[in-house]
Amino acid sequence: MTSAHLGLSGLLDTEAIRKDFPLLDRVVHDGKKIVYLDSAATSQKPRQVLDALNTYYERHNANVHRGVYTVAEEATALYEGARDKVAAFINAPSRDEVIFTKNASESLNLVANMLGWADEPYRVDHETEIAITEMEHHSNIVPWQLLSQRTGAKLKWFGLTDDGRLDLSNIEEVITEKTKIVSFTLVSNLLGTINPVETIIRRAQEVGALVCIDASQAAPHMVLDVQALQADFVAFTGHKMCGPTGIGVLWGRQELLEDLPPFLGGGEMIETVSMHSSTYAPAPHKFEAGTPPIAQAVGLGAAVDYLSAIGMENIARHEHAITEYAVRRLQEVPDLRIIGPTTAEDRGAAISFTLGDIHPHDVGQVLDEQGIAVRVGHHCARPVCLRYGIPATTRASFYLYSTPAEVDALVEGLEHVRNFFG
Amino acid sequence: MYQDVILDHYKHPHGRGLRDGDAEVHHVNPTCGDEITLRVKYDGSRIEDVSYEGQGCSISQASASVLNELLVGKELAEAQKIQGTFLELMQSKGQIEPDDAMEEILEDAVAFAGVSKYPARVKCALLSWMAWKDATAQALGDAERKSA
Repeated sequence: MTSAHLGLSGLLDTEAIRKDFPLLDRVVHDGKKIVYLDSAATSQKPRQVLDALNTYYERHNANVHRGVYTVAEEATALYEGARDKVAAFINAPSRDEVIFTKNASESLNLVANMLGWADEPYRVDHETEIAITEMEHHSNIVPWQLLSQRTGAKLKWFGLTDDGRLDLSNIEEVITEKTKIVSFTLVSNLLGTINPVETIIRRAQEVGALVCIDASQAAPHMVLDVQALQADFVAFTGHKMCGPTGIGVLWGRQELLEDLPPFLGGGEMIETVSMHSSTYAPAPHKFEAGTPPIAQAVGLGAAVDYLSAIGMENIARHEHAITEYAVRRLQEVPDLRIIGPTTAEDRGAAISFTLGDIHPHDVGQVLDEQGIAVRVGHHCARPVCLRYGIPATTRASFYLYSTPAEVDALVEGLEHVRNFFG
Repeated sequence: MYQDVILDHYKHPHGRGLRDGDAEVHHVNPTCGDEITLRVKYDGSRIEDVSYEGQGCSISQASASVLNELLVGKELAEAQKIQGTFLELMQSKGQIEPDDAMEEILEDAVAFAGVSKYPARVKCALLSWMAWKDATAQALGDAERKSA
C-alpha cells in the first residue's frame, strides 16, 4: 500500500475476505493478477456459496413441494429455508412476501404485469399515469414502456441534474393524482447516486400511488429494510450480492400480493385446476409458476448468510471508504470526468467516467491488458448517456473485497491508457 | 491488437465527413454505443465515394477509414470480394494468419487480424463494413427499380 491510503478508516479485513473468493486469485495475460472492478455487473462468489450449490446438487437434489420422499423434503426445506433467510435479510414482515424470480428484470416485469391485469383500484389504464426516472436501468424503463403502450397509460419521468442527481423540482407534475405507480432505483448503476427515497414516497403516498423500488444496486451494498423504506414492492437480483445467476427477488406487501392477479401460469401456482378454470395458490406461490430455480435460491440463501456474518453496515462502511478514496484519486487523472456525484456523499461504489476523447472500449481493452476488469458501454442505461451527451462510459465498481491498492492499480492503468492513445 | 496502422487511421481518418450519396444508412453497435452514418455514391457499378460520420472506439473508427481507403474507386465486384475477405478474417477467431494473397486483397485491413481474437471487438471492426453493404444494397436496389 502507498502512503495515500493512510487515514482510510472503516475498511474490512480484505486479506481474509479475499481468501473466500477463488476467482480473485486468477491471473490473466501472462501472470497479471486480476483486479476485478466490475461488481456492479456481477459480484464474484465466495466458496461458501459455491459449496452450498455443490452440496445441494450432490446431496439434496429433487423437485420441491411435490415428492414425499426424504430427499424431496430436504430440497423443499432448503428452498423454503432460503426464503426465510432472504425475508430476514430485508426485514420483511412475512416470509410469504418474498417471491423468487429469475432476476430483477423479471421482478420488475412481474410488477408491471400485475398492475396491467389488475382490477381497480390498482389497474393501470389509459386514464392513468406511470412515473419513473431518467437514471433507470433499462430493466426499469422497458417494462413500463410496454405497459404504457399496451394500456395507454402515460409514462412520465424525473430528469437529472448536472451533478448526477434526480431533479425533483417538478415532483408535483411528475407524480399526480392520476399516477398509479412510481418505480425508481434506490442506487443508480451508472451514476452511483443514492436517491432520496423518502421525498418520493411521501409524494406518492399523497396521491395514493404505489411505489416500486429497484434495489439491485442497493441490496448487495447496504442495509435493506423494506419496512423502513415504506415501499410497496422491492426488486433485486442474487448474482450481484454474492449469489448465483438465475435467482432474483420481488418483495411485495402482503395485501397487494393477495389482491393482485398472477402473471405467469403453470404448475405450483395453482390451488385447483379444471378444464374450464383454475384457482390460485396464496402468495408467494401464486407468482412462482413452474419449477423454480431451486439450487440458485439455496445459493442465494448462502450468500445472505455470508453477507450477514460480515455485517451489511460494515460492508457499507468499507465501500464508503473505498469510494471516497476512489473519487479523490480518479479526479487526479488528467482529462478524467466523473459522470455522477463527485463526492462519496449519498453515493454508491459504482463510478462511471470518461477519459478525454478516448472511447471507453479502448480504455477497457488497454486496462484488460493490465489485468484490470471494468465495464464499458452504456451500462443498460442509455438515457443517462444521452442526458450527459456522451456515447458511453467506463465504470469501475467496488465491493466488500475491493482494496485501496486496486484503486491505485486503476489510476496507474488509466495513466497508461492516456499515454497509449495520447 | 492496437497495431500502429490502426492507431494511424484512428488519429488521421481517411475520407471522414458526409458528402453527397445515393443512399444513407445509420448503424449502431448497441453494446457499446458505437455509431456510424454512412453514404455511398455509385457511378454505374464503380464506387465513386463512401463518406461517413460517426463516433466510437478506435477500432470502429479506424475500420471505417480503412474501408474508405480500400473501396473508393473500386468496381462493386472487387469491393465485394474485399468485404468478403475482411469478414472471413474477422470471423476467424484469430485462426487465420493472413498470407500474401490475403494481404494483397486487404492491404491495411490485415492489421485487424489481431482484433478477431477478441469477440467483443469484432463487431466494432465490422460496423462500417456492414453499413457499407447495407447502403450499397439500398443504392443499387433503388437504381434497379428506377431503371426497371
